[in-house]
Amino acid sequence: MRVTLGRVGTALAATAVAAVVVACSSSSKSSSPAQGASGQKPPSVPMASSVGAGEGALNIIAWAGYAESGQNDPKVDWVHPFEQQTGCKVNVKIGNTSDEMVQLMRTGQYDGVSASGDATLRLIYAGDVAPVNTDLVPNYKTISAFLKNGKWNSVDGQMYGIPHGWGANLLMWNPSSVTGTQDSWAAVFDKSDQYKGKVTAYDSPIYIADAALYLMATQPNLGIKDPYSLTSAQLDAAVALLEKQKANISEYWADYTKEVQAFESGTSVIGTTWQVIANTINGGAKTKVKTVLPKEGSTGWSDTWMISSKAKHPNCMYKWMDYIVSPSVNAQVAEYFGEAPAQTLACQHTSDKTFCQTYHALDQSYSNQLHYWTTPQKQCVNGGGSDCTDYAQWVTKWQQIKG
Amino acid sequence: MGYQVAADQGVALEAPVGRGASDRRGKISAFLAPKRKTRLALLLGAPMLWLVVAYLGSLGVLFASAFWTTDSFTGAVVHSYSLDNLREVYTQPLYRTVAVRTISVALLVTVLDALIAFPMAFYMSKVARPGIRQLLVVAVLTPLWASYLVKAYAWRSLLAPHGPLSWVAGGYTPGYGLAATVITLTYLWLPYMVIPIYAGFERVPRSLLEASSDLGASPYRTIRSVILPMVFPAIAAGSIFTFSLTLGDYIAVGIVGGKTQMLANVIYGQLVTANNQPLAAALATIPLIAIVLYLLLMRRTGALENV
Repeated sequence: MRVTLGRVGTALAATAVAAVVVACSSSSKSSSPAQGASGQKPPSVPMASSVGAGEGALNIIAWAGYAESGQNDPKVDWVHPFEQQTGCKVNVKIGNTSDEMVQLMRTGQYDGVSASGDATLRLIYAGDVAPVNTDLVPNYKTISAFLKNGKWNSVDGQMYGIPHGWGANLLMWNPSSVTGTQDSWAAVFDKSDQYKGKVTAYDSPIYIADAALYLMATQPNLGIKDPYSLTSAQLDAAVALLEKQKANISEYWADYTKEVQAFESGTSVIGTTWQVIANTINGGAKTKVKTVLPKEGSTGWSDTWMISSKAKHPNCMYKWMDYIVSPSVNAQVAEYFGEAPAQTLACQHTSDKTFCQTYHALDQSYSNQLHYWTTPQKQCVNGGGSDCTDYAQWVTKWQQIKG
Repeated sequence: MGYQVAADQGVALEAPVGRGASDRRGKISAFLAPKRKTRLALLLGAPMLWLVVAYLGSLGVLFASAFWTTDSFTGAVVHSYSLDNLREVYTQPLYRTVAVRTISVALLVTVLDALIAFPMAFYMSKVARPGIRQLLVVAVLTPLWASYLVKAYAWRSLLAPHGPLSWVAGGYTPGYGLAATVITLTYLWLPYMVIPIYAGFERVPRSLLEASSDLGASPYRTIRSVILPMVFPAIAAGSIFTFSLTLGDYIAVGIVGGKTQMLANVIYGQLVTANNQPLAAALATIPLIAIVLYLLLMRRTGALENV
């Protein structure tokens, strides 16, 4: 009996292995066309020259809060009006992280995505998205000029998407525990031992750029030109700073409710934040916080609607890209999500008339102090050579910092 | 024998209706009757196929990918054979530190759960009246109905600096960190330890305890020489749950762990954040080896034979 079972098992295992081999060999054919794309030109993908009638459907990947259809709050709905206007039935897939969005786009089943700057270049260079003909998007004209032709959403002057909205990572503190006015990231780096065990930081490898940005201002001899283009030596300096900071960290935050709770309970009193988090805390009764864009400038995010190179409903996607940055809709999205709208005319449509001031939506000098999240890659920016560290190295370094 | 009689009757009854079909059925029965091995293979074929293809097959694909690499920029998997990932996993001090920390936490949680569950299960099985006993079983099982996240966040509130725990303990709280992680995981996995031990105690006859006491053994001696040897397989069974569940956990440590990380966080980071499936697969060999070693250790003690 044992013998037979063994034989059956062996036979089954052989079948399984054969199946696995077949599966592997078939999937290897579909691997990315852009092998070793770093520093090279993106693959040539045709650009649309006109927008025809809608195809009746649209499949998009979006950050939570970017494509609301009234499911979370019946009053928050800009998807249904779009469907009525264009006849494009919208299917929204929520992407939780930039990396998940990249993976979903690779399936080729989606028409477009709201990609952050740490995903856009990967999509462009892998040929997953197509260049965007901005002439076909009438509302593009009035989008803030400083968001156009950014190095996170364009290659050689060719736009690969339509800017949607942006925000800055700010320094936040609780004035009842932290005295005085803060104006420097030094408070969470070189001088963080004042708040030992009460400092918080963003739990992502991209946070290394915040340390690099601080070093850019305080240690010019390191020669950092861009916080996302770091040589090994520069990366090590940033990592050393973060390892020193770790001694004073209470906890890292990744989802924003955790930071809200940490400040309300007092386990954290100072650290990096988003405007929407500060608004949430100040909207509650437990504690009040202050925020500032420190004098060294800051990192931030800027999201872009991109169209898939394999889009089955390209006309609907173009209609969506125009619709989502139309003044009143862009205002709704920005207010719901808590970020600056990309559309300049949106500021006239916000329900809170001071909204654009709070988020510095039209303030180019504020925006110029920001270094938007960009995927670190081997090719340095500004012609700095190709000895920079890539995102995979950043991930490993971040895990080392956490220990 | 009874089966054959029934089959014969069936043939006799159906005979006028459809001779051919029952004939064929009869032939199949006749063919299979002496071939016990074939019958067994047919019976177990489907579940075995599921086990091998769905379970071991997916594991196989995962570990095969440990030998691949990724394109550093686009993150796409490149199917070229390389040992670099495994070499990195087993030489990097970071992964060693995290692996040692994770396995230590898993062992600590297991020991704590066993220490808490043993007297609890003893009371439930041998001391409590039947009514109370049922109430206790329900009480142990009820937390399993609540969401994992709710329980973890509840501990986050409990462990807060001015939270209930510090109020009870006179201002002391372990804060968020490794200790908080151990406490939370011990709480989360306790039912998985209590229930097997409780079932184990049910198999210890009360008369044995009375006999031991009649023969002059102290309670301590009774526990050591009578109860423990009989209940040990149940403790081992429970410990497999607590140990393996802790090894794979990454959410509780994210909620109450402060700035510490465990092995599953590192695997998650490589898989989802870095989009580096091959390295994540190579890292996943660590908990797998730990579990296999643990099971072998359990088998050596003979615990697995009586479960």
